[in-house]
Amino acid sequence: MTMLIALFWRDLRRAWGSGALWLPVLFFLLVATAFPFAVGPDTPLLQRAGGGMAWVAALLAALLPIDRLVRPDRDAGVLDQLAVRGVADEVIAAVKIGAHAVGFGLPLLIALLPASALLAQDAGRMETLATGIAIAIPALASLAVLSAALTAGLKGGSAIGGLLVLPLAVPLLIFGAGMLDPSGRGAIKLLAAVSLLLTAIGPFAAGAALRGLRE
Amino acid sequence: MVLLRFDRVACIRGDRLLFEELSLALAPGEALWLRGPNGAGKSSLIRVAAGLLRAAAGTVERFGRVALIDEAAALDAELPLRRALDFWARVDTVDGHTVDRAMEAMALHPLAEVPVAMLSTGQRKRAAMVRVIASGAPIWLLDEPANGMDDAAQARLVAAIAMHRANGGAVMLASHFALGVPDLADLDMGARA
Repeated sequence: MTMLIALFWRDLRRAWGSGALWLPVLFFLLVATAFPFAVGPDTPLLQRAGGGMAWVAALLAALLPIDRLVRPDRDAGVLDQLAVRGVADEVIAAVKIGAHAVGFGLPLLIALLPASALLAQDAGRMETLATGIAIAIPALASLAVLSAALTAGLKGGSAIGGLLVLPLAVPLLIFGAGMLDPSGRGAIKLLAAVSLLLTAIGPFAAGAALRGLRE
Repeated sequence: MVLLRFDRVACIRGDRLLFEELSLALAPGEALWLRGPNGAGKSSLIRVAAGLLRAAAGTVERFGRVALIDEAAALDAELPLRRALDFWARVDTVDGHTVDRAMEAMALHPLAEVPVAMLSTGQRKRAAMVRVIASGAPIWLLDEPANGMDDAAQARLVAAIAMHRANGGAVMLASHFALGVPDLADLDMGARA
């Protein structure tokens, strides 16, 4: 247990250390700032499209740091040292998913506040957005760690990392953005189901990928 | 009693057979020097012993925890040395005094507050050695532990190995030169290939 806590804090410290805490926040706000300029001064249109844009930005913010989630640990020998101590790859993956969920998820939810204003989302829509993104954060972290583990052994792998998990992220986007539609009553349940599924398979899939890195 | 046992082990890297039919046993207090030229399979044998590589044939048994040194130090470069070592102390659930004593054994106390990124190769090897000593694991697997170490540090390494063996530990040492460890069995990987 001490070991799991030590691993979790190390990952979180590295995620937030040296100003990296603000990276997903800045990225998220950048998209929220640029989007209204691109759409033009049509408030109803911005309101309709803004929620979907926030979802796309949240997905990309989760995938932003995939090149520092696994590869530095592999290169520094940290993964080998943990394996020598008999720590299961699935456990390492689960801790990394948890730390990434907190590491990018918390700042993202805070950034959602100003972003909603920029995207002309009213209080009700903002609440729906925040609920949906909060539900999806573990799944987004799971996908990020999975693609980081799959591409850690490749040169320039992070570029294809996003492409790898995009098909898996599509249901999150559909149901997440669907929650904002007045007719999308069941969307939150489907979103929660997809998020649960992705979060549950994440540690096993990413753990298998970590094992593959050693061969 | 045996701490580490290889029974007719073979190792294949890529499509090259590095060694086969390798049997050995390490009992408490014993040390084995893996010698041989570059590419003879010393590091691969260490990784097989550590369980990081699967043996292509045969069985590897470990009776006790393992501490490993390889070419990567596994210390966070941005942290002061002491905090980087404390992380592994928490993973190994050993207390600060154990780390203190291990740092003393490798004479690293003056560097405790220096970021790992600023350390030289030899100093980083000494830091990795501190992690091995502090871990309290009975089986030490040391892959080129003396690389970059000066004479004084090598003497401390040899002393640490002697102390570990006196306390009932076993050491497997891969090195292309003799370190001056007394009473050392050796396995010439070059002669087997």
